[in-house]
Amino acid sequence: MADSIKIRATLKGDVCTVKALIKHPMETGQRKDKKTGQLIPAHFIQEVTCSHNGKNVLDASWGAAISANPYLSIEFSGAKKDDKVELSWVDNTGKKDAAEAAIG
Amino acid sequence: MNSKRRTLLKGTLAGSAIAVAASAGLLNPRQVLAAWPKASFQTQDFAESLKGLFNTDKTTASNDIELKAPDIAENGAVVPVTINSSLKDVEAITILIEGNPTPLAAVFNLGPSAISSVSTRVKVGKTSNIAAVVKAGGALYISRKEVKVTVGGCGG
Repeated sequence: MADSIKIRATLKGDVCTVKALIKHPMETGQRKDKKTGQLIPAHFIQEVTCSHNGKNVLDASWGAAISANPYLSIEFSGAKKDDKVELSWVDNTGKKDAAEAAIG
Repeated sequence: MNSKRRTLLKGTLAGSAIAVAASAGLLNPRQVLAAWPKASFQTQDFAESLKGLFNTDKTTASNDIELKAPDIAENGAVVPVTINSSLKDVEAITILIEGNPTPLAAVFNLGPSAISSVSTRVKVGKTSNIAAVVKAGGALYISRKEVKVTVGGCGG
């Protein structure tokens, strides 16, 4: 289900900017369902990793304080046109997704 | 008698195989949790959270960290934050929101090619300081910015 990630990688010199939007509820576990009064269980992305041609660029640990449908922008050097950038995430229920983009 | 023993053996073997498979299946999410610094994310204490991540809570205020966030956030559920740093040898960038029930929002561990510039969006529960803590050359540097919130990001 690679539909959860929108990823774009742009090049300026040898610096690549990766922008990604991930579709995810990022539920903190502290909100209550207005109708039932029950707590909505926590459901958020814990790990995000980004790699460039298979080499790790950055890995992040996230808490529930990241906004719903997270946006992320990072930069790295040593990039060339048409190189591959991969982004993946894992959430606290063990769900995961990954997406790939060519630097353009 | 002998045949019964066979069935018993088979039964126990099959049972143990299932147990192994189950534990292997359970291992995956557990491994994820082990890598994720759970204690630091769950603590309500700013300093403790840093200690859990970097073994120290000693930070030096630095002008080399640029923390961009709005002065007033109309919607606390979506507050854009950008951190740029001109410090050398940056290993990690963390975002903490001092007024949130659990301050730690994110930790970015930078690889050798990554440039110390990240932006994302965070939830801010009430008017408070957002802090960017950057680990560079083994030491921690901090920069803070107050964000006023008119609608909280943690209510429901």
